[in-house]
Amino acid sequence: MRTAFIQALNELADNDDRVCLIVGDLGYSVIEDFANRHPDQFVNAGVSEQNMIGLAAGMALSGKIVFTYSIGNFGTLRCLEQIRNDVCYHRANVKVVAVGGGLAYGNLGVTHHASEDVAIMRSLPNMTVVAPGDPVEARLATRAVVAHDGPCYLRLGKAGEPVVHTKEPEFELGRAVTVRDGSDVALIASGGMLATSDKVARSLAGQGLGVRLLSMHTVKPIDREAIARAATETRYVFTLEEHSVDGGLGGAVAEIMAELEPGHAPLKRIGLRPEFNKTVGDQNYLKALHGLDEETVLKTIQQIITRSYGRVG
Amino acid sequence: MSGNGQASDDDLRALARRLRSHSLRMISQAKTSHIGSCLSVADILAVMYGRILRVDPKRPDWPDRDRLIMSKGHAAAITYAAVAEAGFMKEERLGEYARNGGQLYGHVTHVGVPGIEFSSGSLGHGLPVGAGMALTAKRAGKGWRVFVVMSDGECDEGSNWEAILFSGHHQLDNLTIVIDYNKIQSLDFVDKTLRLEPLADKLRAFGWSVREVDGHSVGELGRALASLPLESGKPNAIVAHTVKGKGVSWMEGKVLWHYRPPTPEELVTALAEVEAS
Repeated sequence: MRTAFIQALNELADNDDRVCLIVGDLGYSVIEDFANRHPDQFVNAGVSEQNMIGLAAGMALSGKIVFTYSIGNFGTLRCLEQIRNDVCYHRANVKVVAVGGGLAYGNLGVTHHASEDVAIMRSLPNMTVVAPGDPVEARLATRAVVAHDGPCYLRLGKAGEPVVHTKEPEFELGRAVTVRDGSDVALIASGGMLATSDKVARSLAGQGLGVRLLSMHTVKPIDREAIARAATETRYVFTLEEHSVDGGLGGAVAEIMAELEPGHAPLKRIGLRPEFNKTVGDQNYLKALHGLDEETVLKTIQQIITRSYGRVG
Repeated sequence: MSGNGQASDDDLRALARRLRSHSLRMISQAKTSHIGSCLSVADILAVMYGRILRVDPKRPDWPDRDRLIMSKGHAAAITYAAVAEAGFMKEERLGEYARNGGQLYGHVTHVGVPGIEFSSGSLGHGLPVGAGMALTAKRAGKGWRVFVVMSDGECDEGSNWEAILFSGHHQLDNLTIVIDYNKIQSLDFVDKTLRLEPLADKLRAFGWSVREVDGHSVGELGRALASLPLESGKPNAIVAHTVKGKGVSWMEGKVLWHYRPPTPEELVTALAEVEAS
């Protein structure tokens, strides 16, 4: 995803000298090409995230479109107040980019696990929160946040995420992409869980279930209409994210569904348990501990449907 | 246009007196804090808005304007008074200060207040933003300058030192900080809280050019700020030695007046003292 992001950003910067990139001394083997091609549009702020966001706000308030780039928590939580006051309050045209969303840096430690970032970013006024689901969406999201005048948070995975979209989907901030349609269950996924959800959806469909898979790449502003339709046109809604079940995509969907008229489908949030990991593991290992591997997700969904409706399919 | 360089030292002293009087009235009427912080920075703001800043009150968004960021956002009353005196808004609007339904919050706020470049209130935010502006101007070859007015207590914030390191490295000589060094922070004297000395040497060690001045001498402030950059290729720091509560004898140098608003009776004697100065 980060490769798709930086390629798209490079192309955007070629054609628009307002597009700038500030890194917090991170991005080895990712940002060099941008730095060489656009030296006047590039800054390495050093290991100083508060200053990085302040700089970005100052540059944006002087007419630039500024991307900041760091690892999950460093570029978001360390400098949260700068993002709130300097960027969001001033509607500065800053795009906060985090790589390693979720457990991408699994074995590097809990400091590197970005598991609350979406919840925190989406609580900020004026902030748009985007978690693309595959490299294709990452490229489209990069273009979309440049076109959007205002603060954005772009949450990326790392490298090597599988491509889900075989052809470019229609991509609009705030509008879910319907990857597959059906009326038995709805899977609403964001970020890197899109690929897992796609596989699970295929398995469920193979068992005769009508599965609707929505890529909810924009967590804020969220696509209320798509959620309301899923909740009234299908029998069970599942959210899938590599993020705490508290306050992220699942939280956002729950907020919408809680205010719908009675009689809609129930919701199950599938995501990270809201606790610090105690066991060392790479991304896939830790995801499995949280039940986010394909097999466990499939089993979880099947059990819930069987319990509620007596059978799958 | 404000700050056209025509104002005499006497004009600036008169402006500083008006800024002090406005602040006393606003803070007393609204019963808010930070009169001491307003009074210490009065002469600095008078020189900035009265002579130094190239801004146009008719075009607050003029792209080539100088930018002033009031990073010590608690000195809000005097900042609003300064932009009103500079012609960005009508003086009557000062009555909105910390008043229900108004737009002049108790910490510096840009929303609905022309002439306010940046909202502050949480300390340590102004300088990184100013550095980003200065870097943008420099890379674009533009002549506009960036000024950040800071408090001494604010120098406790690590974000400032990140930006001080950055600005020295990037040789942002179009960036100037003016530190209102009134020696008192929120709860106590700076020296008893977190010692800043030797402040000027610290800044020099980070690659800045530093001038220490009497922050209540419009002449000294004016001369220092008229000869920017102090050194080519270095950001500028004006360490302005000031007195908290300056201009009202019984407020001067007292921690109490960081928070206490003057009563209506105290306001009368304070105004009399300021106007007679």
